[in-house]
Amino acid sequence: MRFDIDLTGEFTRRHIGPSRADIDEMLGVVGVDSLDELVRQTVPESILLDRPLDLPDGISERRLIERARELARSNRPLRSYLGLGYHGTLTPGVILRNIMENPGWYTQYTPYQAEISQGRLEALLNFQTVVIDLTGLPIANASLLDEATAAAEAMQMLFNARGGDDRMVFCVSETCHPQTIAVVRGRAEPLDIEIRVGPPEDFPGGDDAESVFGALVQYPTTDGAVEDYASLADRLHASGAGLVVAADLLALTLLVEPGAFGADIAVGNTQRFGVPMGYGGPHAAYFATTEEFKRRIPGRIIGVSVDADGDPALRMALQTREQHIRRERATSNICTAQVLLAIMAGMYAVYHGPEGLRAIAERVHRLTSALAAGLRRLGHTVVHDVFFDTLRIEPGRASADEIIERALSLGINLRPYDDGTVGVALDETVRPEDIEDVLAAFAPDGDVGSGDAGSTARTGESGHPDWAMRRSAYLEHPVFHRYHSETEMLRYIHRLEVKDLSLNTSMIPLGSCTMKLNATSEMTPVTWPEFGTLHPFAPADQAEGYRELFDELERWLAEMSGFAACSLQPNSGAQGEYTGLLVIAARHRDRGEGHRDVCLIPSSAHGTNPASAVMAGMKVVVVKCDDYGNIDVGDLRSKAVEHADRLAAIMVTYPSTHGVFESAIREITATVHENGGLVYLDGANLNAQVGLCRPGDYGADVCHINLHKTFAIPHGGGGPGMGPICVTEELAPYLPGHPLAEVGGERGVLPVSAAPWGSASILLISWAYIAMLGREGTRAATEGAILNANYMASRLSEHFDVLYTGEHGRVGHEFILDLRPLKKDSGVTDEDVAKRLMDYGFHAPTMSFPVHGTIMVEPTESESKYELDRLCDALISIRKEIERIATGDLDREDNPLKNAPHTARMLTADEWNHAYTRAEAAYPAVWTRESKFWPPVRRVDNAFGDRNLVCACPPMETYESH
Amino acid sequence: MSDIPDSLQYTDEHEYIREADGENEVLVGITDYAQGELGDVVFVELPQPGDRFAAGEAFGTIEAVKAVSELYCPVAGEVVEINEGLDADPALVNSDPYGEGWMIRLRIDPGATLDGLLTADQYASLIGEDG
Repeated sequence: MRFDIDLTGEFTRRHIGPSRADIDEMLGVVGVDSLDELVRQTVPESILLDRPLDLPDGISERRLIERARELARSNRPLRSYLGLGYHGTLTPGVILRNIMENPGWYTQYTPYQAEISQGRLEALLNFQTVVIDLTGLPIANASLLDEATAAAEAMQMLFNARGGDDRMVFCVSETCHPQTIAVVRGRAEPLDIEIRVGPPEDFPGGDDAESVFGALVQYPTTDGAVEDYASLADRLHASGAGLVVAADLLALTLLVEPGAFGADIAVGNTQRFGVPMGYGGPHAAYFATTEEFKRRIPGRIIGVSVDADGDPALRMALQTREQHIRRERATSNICTAQVLLAIMAGMYAVYHGPEGLRAIAERVHRLTSALAAGLRRLGHTVVHDVFFDTLRIEPGRASADEIIERALSLGINLRPYDDGTVGVALDETVRPEDIEDVLAAFAPDGDVGSGDAGSTARTGESGHPDWAMRRSAYLEHPVFHRYHSETEMLRYIHRLEVKDLSLNTSMIPLGSCTMKLNATSEMTPVTWPEFGTLHPFAPADQAEGYRELFDELERWLAEMSGFAACSLQPNSGAQGEYTGLLVIAARHRDRGEGHRDVCLIPSSAHGTNPASAVMAGMKVVVVKCDDYGNIDVGDLRSKAVEHADRLAAIMVTYPSTHGVFESAIREITATVHENGGLVYLDGANLNAQVGLCRPGDYGADVCHINLHKTFAIPHGGGGPGMGPICVTEELAPYLPGHPLAEVGGERGVLPVSAAPWGSASILLISWAYIAMLGREGTRAATEGAILNANYMASRLSEHFDVLYTGEHGRVGHEFILDLRPLKKDSGVTDEDVAKRLMDYGFHAPTMSFPVHGTIMVEPTESESKYELDRLCDALISIRKEIERIATGDLDREDNPLKNAPHTARMLTADEWNHAYTRAEAAYPAVWTRESKFWPPVRRVDNAFGDRNLVCACPPMETYESH
Repeated sequence: MSDIPDSLQYTDEHEYIREADGENEVLVGITDYAQGELGDVVFVELPQPGDRFAAGEAFGTIEAVKAVSELYCPVAGEVVEINEGLDADPALVNSDPYGEGWMIRLRIDPGATLDGLLTADQYASLIGEDG
């Protein structure tokens, strides 16, 4: 045995839950002699990788931090006054430390189990209220991926809402941010929507106004002008079209709100509400609209409902819009949101309140006015008279190049325009001395004249013309007035945090979601200023540390998935799917086969697959699955042959959504290739493959990788996520480009995200994960995931039916327990079991996916044997409770499952009128006596909330009356 | 066991038709069994009066909390009235599927045939509740 003097395996021991001794014991329970034997019984021989991955040795946590410091030093964060939807911001320390850097917030999953998610649901309701109040539109969602895709979603929503109409034109103002225009163009193309870019005065056009279904404008414009869009709204409405306004939330604290001048939809980035720029993300975009569109909104909406006692309770509303239910008829493929960042933005508004936000906006505007005055004094022309925080300057002396060069030498980035003008966008980080520096950049002889920017800003003229001024109040709800001291804020954040079950309480065994460890060392560098404060469009030589990180990560991801190239741009798994299909379509087009548009999708696929295919302009043909969830190869063959002339692709998940390594996978990929199609591999389950087999080796052409599953980016309560794609050499030229950065292939498709490398700052997490685990550790993690799942399945198989196993009776990295047989004898449903697990201190497994009436358990490698046993014990104990119901020992209606979860309030009420004891209700397992997680509300009434949609903070009386 | 009135006719997609007052007019809704399977109905999307549908064509959608279903027209005809009450109270579909929970009043096209529809007994056997 070699001694690990270099600590190459140090982190692996921290990342993987079971100890060496545990592993031996667990292998015994499973009934195999070694991990290798288990792997051989699980992964088909024909696809097993016969060599170690070409990755470096693992490194210690200490060494990782040193390496991250080296990368950080290679970045040069200057003062970036580039604007374009990204601005410097001051993240309040109380939010940075207690939310962004707090595993109690960042390790949570999407709030499917509403009863143990009330904290983040309230935080998201605050976010929605901020958006609703500031935009003046009555309905808002709980965030989208970025401003550009939010604009594209808005276009798509108006397009889908046309009804029988055949309008095909969407007008886009030429003063929108360039990345927004590019993303909207990209989204329009597969749907055959014609994008008409021009000045909004010309919209919707004279001759063919009736062919226009909507228009998009920027407010204020990308070069800073505050325009009056009221007459545009009237013209559009008169011709039956809708208006989308991409608006800056901070500007809306001073300027008339989009809802007041006739916008149908408002979208935008909330980054400047306290979320670091992070070289592109992650940040939360917002989306608000009118009542008319409430059933068509993309993304998640938080709504108010009541629990079983009639007390107010929150949950996700109107889920029937989403892809897991509607599939190819979904309103959008979006499921990941940017919850953590939306929560931060909402908390920023809670902490500052309406007066604080207005003061920030006024200060920025005053500094901008002082800058404008100074620039005029220097002989320059300020192009727009009405502005908020952004100026476009026509240099009166010196050229734009000289000015930008001088600014750089002073440590400032300014925005160059093609026509020789210069842009400056200010933000809350700017101080009077920064204004002096900007003025110095505009004064070639170094003489900035006699003005004093500080005193001009303090006492000078500022403000907006009457028509542009906001009249209405906002953020009047008490939540925006109570927590302005740090002590109160700290307690509010903590109060919400402890309502929710996170990984700091217990395992979250959500099948297909992969709730593995998000290690502290992986997370630490993300909030360092050298990574956090970089503007996404800063010159490349200021981001060399990031570039090095991207190169290394792209190389590693391509090696692990068996491909030639990688794009880090897609911001979620679903975006990765969409991007991969666009790349496939581009390749077909290039070969003169643009007519190929049929996408085969197995019936067991995740709902985002068909939704993404539709967005990419493809027609979905469903392939049958057999009783084991495996693709029916006969049906696949006949459909591939039937559609051979038009076959574009198949989307296949591997291991399947049922958690099984299908042995026919090579036959499946070959069949599709033989008929002219390409293979899109949904990498949601890549965590079961790393180091064991590679999609590129068994016939896939594209694969997306959920970095928030396999590669340790935390789920953040429902985002951020990342969905980079890896492709074959043949497809590499089509990887997405970007108008403001050199990225992607030489024939790249249009961008799919606002930022060139998506949410760049969290790529650090996946990079750190791979670097620390290294060649051996990444494989050990995969083996650990398979062992943990098979161990639990072995223990539970005596008590439940384990659905779907592979040829040797093994499950993959997750497994399905069938609860349907129990319903017949006891009336107990999967939902009852899920809610009862809360009384035991656990988050439920995934419910009713991919099979109705079942639960899917994914333990991940990070959970220890102790924790796995605890969950097994809880499930076995619940199984016994179900048995007692079936035998009549417990009442069929009034039992601990039907009434679950039980709250402290219910248990301590003076009366207890149930057919079982309080102890049975609240302390069903020994560990609950040591440490009890109390669900804050009883079972939430979903129907009530969907029938009465309320998506802003309800009046306080709602709470006080209870 | 769900309620399957003898006097109605059914489709294999779980819609029923009930005779209405007007000449050649029927009320269309979904069966008690269907509402039970869907669970709490939260929204019913209905067509406009004047819209025409062929037999088997989708005329609307019905949404429960975690499911959504198309509604299929049992027989060719023109919509003459929709149940406006469902907008405010979609739960009527659950509480009174054959009464207050009706969805559209349809004027059957002349010459349209009801031959494809099921009797109560046939529908009961379809959903496995016969005998």
